[in-house]
This record gives sequence, C-alpha cells and structure tokens, in this order.
Amino acid sequence: MKLMSKLMGAAAFAALSITAAPVFADGGTLVIASTQVPRHLNGAVQSGIATAVPSTQIFASPLRYDENWNPQPYLAESWEVSEDGLSVTLNLAKNATFHDGKPVTSEDVAFSIMTTKENHPFKSMFAPVETIETPDANTAVIKLSQPHPALLLALSPALAPVLPKHIYGDGQDPKSHPANSAPIGSGPFMLEEFTAGEAVVMKKNPNFFLEGRPKLDEIIIRIIKDPSALLIAMENGDADMYPFMAGSQEIRRLEKDEDLAVTSEGYAAVGPINWLAFNTASEKLSDVRVRQAIAYAVDREFITKALHRGVSSPQRGPIIESSPYFDESIPAYDVDLDKANALMAEAGFGDGMDLTIDYIPGPKEQQQSVAEYMKSQLKKIGINVTVRAAPDFPTWAGRVGGHDFELSMDVVFNWGDPVIGVHRTYLSSNIRQGVIWSNTQQYTNTSVDDILNAAAVEQDDDKRKALYAQFQQQVATDLPIYWINSLPYHTAYNKKLKNVPTGIWGTMHPMDMVEWGE
Amino acid sequence: MNASYVIRRLIYGFLLMLGVVVLNFLLIRLAPGDPAVVIAGEMGGATEEMLESIREAYGLNKPVLTQLWIYISSVAQFDLGESFFFNQPVASLIGDRIWPTILLVITAQLLSIVLGVLMGAIAARKPHGPLSALVSVLSTIGYAVPVFWTGIMLIILFASWLPWFPVEGMQSVKLRNADWWTQTKDIAHHLVLPAFTLAIIYLAQYARLTRASMLDALSADYIRTARAKGLNERIVVFSHALRNALLPILTVAGLQFGNLISGALLVETVFNWPGMGRLAFDSILRRDYPTIMGVLFFASLMVVVANLITDFSYRFADPRLKDET
Repeated sequence: MKLMSKLMGAAAFAALSITAAPVFADGGTLVIASTQVPRHLNGAVQSGIATAVPSTQIFASPLRYDENWNPQPYLAESWEVSEDGLSVTLNLAKNATFHDGKPVTSEDVAFSIMTTKENHPFKSMFAPVETIETPDANTAVIKLSQPHPALLLALSPALAPVLPKHIYGDGQDPKSHPANSAPIGSGPFMLEEFTAGEAVVMKKNPNFFLEGRPKLDEIIIRIIKDPSALLIAMENGDADMYPFMAGSQEIRRLEKDEDLAVTSEGYAAVGPINWLAFNTASEKLSDVRVRQAIAYAVDREFITKALHRGVSSPQRGPIIESSPYFDESIPAYDVDLDKANALMAEAGFGDGMDLTIDYIPGPKEQQQSVAEYMKSQLKKIGINVTVRAAPDFPTWAGRVGGHDFELSMDVVFNWGDPVIGVHRTYLSSNIRQGVIWSNTQQYTNTSVDDILNAAAVEQDDDKRKALYAQFQQQVATDLPIYWINSLPYHTAYNKKLKNVPTGIWGTMHPMDMVEWGE
Repeated sequence: MNASYVIRRLIYGFLLMLGVVVLNFLLIRLAPGDPAVVIAGEMGGATEEMLESIREAYGLNKPVLTQLWIYISSVAQFDLGESFFFNQPVASLIGDRIWPTILLVITAQLLSIVLGVLMGAIAARKPHGPLSALVSVLSTIGYAVPVFWTGIMLIILFASWLPWFPVEGMQSVKLRNADWWTQTKDIAHHLVLPAFTLAIIYLAQYARLTRASMLDALSADYIRTARAKGLNERIVVFSHALRNALLPILTVAGLQFGNLISGALLVETVFNWPGMGRLAFDSILRRDYPTIMGVLFFASLMVVVANLITDFSYRFADPRLKDET
C-alpha cells in the first residue's frame, strides 16, 4: 500500500509538474496539425493533400508558382516553350543536390516525369509527353506529341516531384517502393522520421540549392484525426498551423483566438468543389429537364449562408470561380420552384418520382446536412428523396464507382489546370466501371469532348479561355452535375509566423521562406 | 497443476487463435467495399488497368480460400504481411503501437484496481453510511456511462475549459528530442486523461465487487474471532477481511484484460493515443485487411495469454484447485 501511494504520488507529481519549455533550434520548429493521413510521402505516384504537403517539402520540382498563377524558377532556372508547342526545354540549376549529396541532373528530371506519367492517377498531366532528351546534365528537353499548355502547371511541386533516379531506378514498382516511406529528395527539408498515421518529421536541408533557405529548422506534421482535439492543440499552442480546415464551427472558433490568424487564401489551384452528381444513365435522370428541375429547386445561397454559416461560397460551374478559366456568364439556376415544377411536368414526371441520394462520408456540414436539405427541398417539386448514408468511404466508392447510384454528393478538386482535374469528369472516354473520380455520371456529349480536346492543345490563352467558356456553357445546360459550393478551406496559423504559404498551392508548396517572427 | 493440464490449456489456446484468425478473415471480407478501390481512391483515382494491377499485387484476385490458406501459412511463419495502405510490414506498424497500448491498458488496470478496491473496502466498512452510498452511486454512474462520453467530458473539462492536460497523442512533438526525464514527464502528462477514462468503468466494477466481497468476508466467523481478540479495526479490515476478499478481484482482473483492450480502442480514438486500437479503427475504414488481421491477431493473443496466466496463477493461489485437471 505504501509503495503504491509513493508511485501514485510520483505519477501525480509528474502530471502536475510539466513546465519544460519546447526545445527550439535557431530557426525554430513549425508544427503543422493535420487530419489527413499520408499513405507515403512520394507525390509522383500518389495524389492528395496528405502526401502533397510533406512531399513538396522533401522533393523539389522543375517549377513553382506565385500567387498570381505565374511560373517561377525552381530546379529549372529558366525554360523555353518552342513555337510549335511541341518541345519544352528546362535549364536546370547546377548546384542542386539530393539529400544524399548526389547532384540533381537532367536524367533525374526525365526519369521522374516518365515515372509520374506511368504511375500517377492523373493520366492527363503528362499524357502528351513522348520522350525527354537530356543533351547534357543540366538540360532536359520534353518532347510532346501535341501542344500541352497544362504542362507548366503540371511541373509544380505538388504534381511533379523530382525523384533520385539512382534510388527509384532499381526496377521496383514505384507505387510500392520502400523509398516512398523514407524518401530522398532535393527540397528544402529532409525526412527525419515518418511514423505511419502519426507524424512526419522533417529537418532543414543545409545544402538546399536556394541560398539562405529554408528559414525554419524543422517542420513536423502531426496527424490528429479528431478535429476537436486538433482545435484544442491549436488553441493551447501545441500546433502552429492547421491547413485545409473546412468546418464552419472550427473556422469561427479559431478566428476568435487572439494568437491565431485564419485565412482562406492558398486554395486557388486546389479548386475543391462540392457537387451533386446525376447518374445520367439512369432512366429517371437521363432527361435533362429533370436535372434542371432539381437545379432550380435547390438554393445554393441557403446552403452556403445558413448551413455553412457563410464560410463557403456558391459554385456555379465545373471550373472553380477563383480560376482564370471560370466563365462568369454561365447559367446560375437561381431558385424557381414554378419553373422546376413545369420542367418536371414537361418531362412526364408531374406525379413525382422517387430518388436516392448518396454522399461521400465526410464532414456532416458539407455532406449529410446538405443531403437532408435536398430531401426537404426536392419534396416541393414532387421528388421523394431517400438519403442513403454509407458507413465508410469504401462502401460509398463501391456504389458510385460501380454506377449503382442516382444522385451522389462528392468533393472533387480542380488541381490547377482544367486538363488535370476537370476533363476527367466530363470526357466520355473516361467512363470507367469501378473507377471512382472518373466520369461516373456516364455523361456523353461529343461536342463537349471536342471542345475539351481542343482546349487541351490550344496554346493561345485567350482562345483557350474562350473554349473553356463554351464548355462551361454546355455542361451548365446539360447538367450532368449540379455544382453547389466551393469547399471553405481555411488555414489557421500562429500570428508570429511570417510568409505563411498563401499562393495558389497553399501548403502544397515548399515552405522555404516561412519563418518565426516576433 | 500437472503437465497434461498445461499442455491441454496451451492446445486450447492455439485452437482458439486459429479460430480467431479464420473467423476474422472471413468476417472482414464480408464487409462491402473493395480495398483496391480504396487504394485507388486514396491515390486520387485510377484506370481499370491500375485497379487490376493493385488487385494482382495484393493477391486480391485469388479465390478467398486460397487467400486464407496463404494468410495462415504466412502467420505460421510469423509473417503478418504488408499493409495495403502504408506498404509497410504489419509487424512493424504493430511494433510501433503495441507499447502505447500496453502502457495505457496497464496504467488503467492498476488505477482501477487500486482505487476500486480502496473505494469498495471503505464502503464495506459502513455499508449503510453516506460514504458507502456515494461509492455505490459513483460506481453505478461509472459503470453505466459509455467510455467515449467520459473521455469527451474529461477533454472538455480538463483540456479545453481548464487547459491542464494535452489531448494530441502520447507525446508533445516539440519535446521529442528532450532528455529522458522531460520525455517521461511529458508522457505521464499525456497519459492522465486517457488512463482515467479507461479506468473509470473498471474502477466502478472493482469497487462494487470489493464491496460485496468485503461484506461477505466481514460477516465471516474468523472476523468475529479477530474482533473478539481485540484486534485494531484497521488490521481487521485491511489485513484479514480484504486479503480474503481479494481472490475474486484477481480472477476478474485477469478476465477483464480483454475488455480493457476493447475499451482501449475507443479511448485511443478519442484521445488520439497512438496505439493498436486506433490503428485497428482506421484500418477497418480503409479495408486494410492485413493490418486489421494483424491487430486482431495480436489483441487476441494478448487476451489468450492473459487468461492462461490467470488460470495458472489462480491454481497456484488457491490450493483447492491444484489437484483438479
């Protein structure tokens, strides 16, 4: 008993006497809290936020982007696009080395782009790349089968990490390569420790090729899957930055914290759109008038202002409204129940119909609440909606990928250029059974296919914008999808942090300029 | 306790483990959802060819019974396979997480036994007094309230409202390079809320069990004799009655081990404790078959071993059982 009371005393003392200060090195440590779990850290074979945030710190890429969508030098000090658009020459920095000391050469760049082309799920990024010539160690010439204006954006850190050929070129499958969990890159930070599902610890690369950078000594990505625990960690100062925060309560709560700043900047290229997809192959939804009737019955303003407490904004079309390719003039489908009822009657459903709505398991506010709202709203035009919740992602993905759905809500990213993140949803050639985030709506319109194929190769940006305007008008009329809102991604961060990444890629961008101030 | 008894118990244990492996394997495959679609979904989409190559790489295109046979043969060779999700050996994923779970479970077990027995013993001294009533009420509440609710309430009270304790796992990342004493204090600090949350439900059980068992013991003849001899009441209660009343507590403590592990699953999820429970929970959502199987295998093994130890130790403790086989 005595021994036990001593032990208890010691435990109580230990619990109450925590006064140790955080151990900082000179440049300090940045703790990023995240709910996202990376499978591994190699963004060349894996898309998504979870991998891209650490991957863009560990790997450098040919180019990087400023906040105005302009490409900036990174591993490529300069670049030229040939007049016919069929060749892009990258002139690489001569002093760049990988974390193991080996130089970064054009061979590595060529190997990385071809590996990404073959293994990354975004096939359209590098599909036109035929070969990459390497006339010398610092010059890579990308040869294309057709002009590919999306290429420069695809050379961003989030999409084109430069891998060390001497490690990945050993013949193993890059998708399950052991180096994916212990990567060697040439970025501003080097991996120190990766505990699957728990944390990624990266320390400063002292030989980073951009002089004077990075400023921080260490970045730690701490995975806290429960958002309420994550908020407490932010409020208590245990974490310094929380990117990709989308809950209105979370945003409003952290906005009130005097030590924290909250911004919605940094998500322009991500382009996260919350939408309602129609299975256009289903008998009831194959009639465009039914889809339009649904659009006229739903009030985006109610969803964004009431359900999302004003933190999200309405999204009218397939291209995120913050993109230079968004067309302001597309039909908005403002609420008009009379018109909606008339369209239902015209389509022969004057007596109403039954529909089922699925939604991707995720934040209730973005998904379940909106689905429940749709149910009550669509009743007004005679549609009896059954909300079918899925217990988890695999169940929902099985239904939607297998085309076993009528209406389904989902969040899909634009990923910078429409060729990368938008085409996949609307091209009839991308209707693929069992594949999630393909054209699961089974939408077919040959004129849309033609416009998209033309826009993919159009080098004149004004003409390209015109083509995308045409595309947006067409799909907004055909409505294979009803776009609801852009996801209200925000970043909360400690006010003492300087140069917080708020460019088009946000935290999926090298944080070599981030530093602690007073 | 003779050798044939030990061997028989070990064979039962082995058969139980085999049953657990087969049952888990089949159950997990009954859940809807294809792991290849999940992996492709996590990657950001795929083509049919990529899905097929994922199925091929993970052996998911083989008949279920063939997959089961392959799994059992590898487990027999101490190979739990590779996680579909992390592409890392399941054994190393579990290796990283088993110690946090053991730390949490053992701390909670000790806390619940010590506090529970103390509360029960105090309550039994005056079974109709206000203290006894308070212990009864508290233990009933502790027993009735779901563990995740207790956890959330403790977080609201002692992490959010009064920011005394952290809730973001087992250690502060900023202290990971500090000296061992600072790190030990940091872990203890992080352990307080989850260990109490997990302990509360069992604490209630031990308190009630000790109270009942003590009431029995206190009315026994040898206690009357002890009191008649004029022994100090403290010695009568703690030295004579409690010692005898502890036997059922020991048995229950062994059997509770399995429940503690399943309770740890919820507590780990609520407190972001980096243990096996959270790994199991996340793996189920990802249909990461090898990891789910590995965690269940280890958890079952821990329960089987704990029960074997209880069986054997009980036979040592109670002479009446020694000759039974």
